[in-house]
Amino acid sequence: MKPQAFRYLRPQSLEEALAALSDTEADIRPIAGGQSLVPMMSLRLAAPSTLLDLGSISSLRGIRVDESGWLVAGSMTTHSDFEHSEIVGRHFPLLPMAMESVAHMPIRSRGTIGGSLAHADPAGDWPALSVACEAKLVLSKQGAARAVMADEFFCGIFSTVLEPDELLTEIHFPLWPSNRRWGLQKFARRRGDFALAGAIVLLDVEDDGRVAWARIVVNGATEMPTVLSELAAGLEGKVPDASMVEALLDQVESSVDVRSDLHASTAYRKELVRVMIRRALQQALPALEREHE
Amino acid sequence: MSEEKITIHLTVNGRPMQGKAEPRCTLVDFLRHELRLTGTHAGCEHGVCGTCTILVDGEPTRSCLMFAIQAEGREIWTVEGLGQEGKLNPLQASFRKHHALQCGFCTPGMLMSATALLKKCPKPSAEHVRDALSGNVCRCTGYTPIVDAVIEVSQRQI
Repeated sequence: MKPQAFRYLRPQSLEEALAALSDTEADIRPIAGGQSLVPMMSLRLAAPSTLLDLGSISSLRGIRVDESGWLVAGSMTTHSDFEHSEIVGRHFPLLPMAMESVAHMPIRSRGTIGGSLAHADPAGDWPALSVACEAKLVLSKQGAARAVMADEFFCGIFSTVLEPDELLTEIHFPLWPSNRRWGLQKFARRRGDFALAGAIVLLDVEDDGRVAWARIVVNGATEMPTVLSELAAGLEGKVPDASMVEALLDQVESSVDVRSDLHASTAYRKELVRVMIRRALQQALPALEREHE
Repeated sequence: MSEEKITIHLTVNGRPMQGKAEPRCTLVDFLRHELRLTGTHAGCEHGVCGTCTILVDGEPTRSCLMFAIQAEGREIWTVEGLGQEGKLNPLQASFRKHHALQCGFCTPGMLMSATALLKKCPKPSAEHVRDALSGNVCRCTGYTPIVDAVIEVSQRQI
């Protein structure tokens, strides 16, 4: 239960960190909040020979709105920062609400958005949130940077497109239109646990109740956050009612590849996915819930 | 790889302290073995049980999920900083009154999580207390006396 010995680097600037990472032979592992990496090291599931601690790079922590109106977060911004940020609460009410169920206070005070995304746990909250919100991720390396959409960042369980010499530095969220409604559902056996299944629903709803745009993402039950574009397309242009939703949910069961592990079977998770999406839709459109009852 | 010990300077319970540790030494092991502050307990050592919870720069933190070397220059509060020898602070006294502990293994973490909560939110609801302590596992009490102890002390403080 003790980590293997490692060399410890604590760069004071992003340039210094990227310079260290440019030596791709060196087996350097960046550490953000360490809330996933340190347990993995303690259990000897990870044994990097060098740890690159990003904790002193103040330019990587913080939340701002840029000139084009996007919300920009540094990758070292903690879950607590999001939970208590006035800017985030005003523009993305979904995010502080989501943070309340990310593990527990002592984890949220150190865990970061960048660490959660780069770790790519299928049941993690930030991967699904960033995909749902169509976030753009900035991956930097010495002398260069590229932007990747969140839904192209994840390749599978604990796997991303990050190259060994790259660092996730910023996450950009496009601001929501004023008619956006949202639903967020997560099922875990105990408060703060990883989700067995979760769903995020975003809907732009016109004054007449018509859904102009929809985005639905499930996580926990799938290998990585999964966008249900057929379900979204089935809602767009319509005023959803309960029977329409149930018919669309019937299709979801066959189209989502649900995983099974010691925590829950595929059959159980499939049912959970259905219930999570239904509840998230009801949360976004309270009229649906009244009808369902 | 580095097994060389590095000197770490930090403030613990208001007093400047220093000690030596390898980079791989977690903060909880450093507090217990190097600074001999054994009030903080090491339980699961992978961030699940909460008994090693301390305050780092005022924020509740798992000391098993942080390396001692990362605490350089930080301000740490542990359970030893709550009361004085032979004199419990009001929160500790309330734990005693409500039988909020039996074996006592989880108690340091419970006390530090509750301390962090009361600092941010002096009059929490029972639900808020349960949420703040949800990351601390207790196998003896069933939690109810712990919640009662925190609520009572919050009502006494003005």
